[in-house]
Amino acid sequence: MDGVPMSNGLIVAGLLFSLGLIGVLVRRNVIFILLSIEVMLNAAGLAFVVAGSRWGQADGQIVFLFILAMAAAEVAVGLALVLRLNDGLGTLDADAASALRG
Amino acid sequence: MSAMTTTFYVASLVALVATALAIAQKNVVHGLLYLIVSLLAVALALFALGAPFVAALEVIVYAGAIMVLFVFVIMLLNRGPQTVAEERSWLTPRMWVGPIVLTIVLAAELVYTVTRTGGPAAGAAIVDARQVGTALFDVRYAIGVELASMLLLAGLVGAYHLGRRGTRRM
Repeated sequence: MDGVPMSNGLIVAGLLFSLGLIGVLVRRNVIFILLSIEVMLNAAGLAFVVAGSRWGQADGQIVFLFILAMAAAEVAVGLALVLRLNDGLGTLDADAASALRG
Repeated sequence: MSAMTTTFYVASLVALVATALAIAQKNVVHGLLYLIVSLLAVALALFALGAPFVAALEVIVYAGAIMVLFVFVIMLLNRGPQTVAEERSWLTPRMWVGPIVLTIVLAAELVYTVTRTGGPAAGAAIVDARQVGTALFDVRYAIGVELASMLLLAGLVGAYHLGRRGTRRM
């Protein structure tokens, strides 16, 4: 790349990842936790694409595709679990589901 | 500084602001609105980095499919007659201002980039969809592609099993 230095791209990805991590740690609503996980996965993918464009290779984008497929599968299962949590406990509070009874 | 570099920095700034606002919202729908803006901004940043294929996928899969899943689940969680009133209170006109401003910044940036540089060709190293495709279906990534398909199948079966009416009790 002529323009963006690799370090700046990685800094942006790192900041996005940190925001997602803060979201996971601070929020107690399950849907917000899932949203923050999406942000973190997206930031990781951005870091891969930045690194791939640094050397002009397609591999970074391929790993982004894998992350995309993983995020889609993860969010489908996660949202099904959110539905079950809401049906079983009547709340979206992550702390309410700490008992692990079958 | 070239137009593409400016595009990257402005898009990154919009992404960071939108993400910070998204995780700070009280309401899930408001958080979703900001997160969609954030994903679009990241897509524009990817475009500026010379990855147009992945940028398109980011819009289609992340901002399209995955966000639609979130909206479906939010709609499923709120049954009953109070849903309409709740929805009206979620999407007040004041709530739209933040996402609209951020999106207008993104749109202006996109128009500026395309008209000024005539598309993504101005960046130095463009890795287009053809290169990504040939590398992805190369022998090197065969196991990865197969594993991704298995993971998607497992996700499909798992989500179906967990979401089925008959097994939904805790």
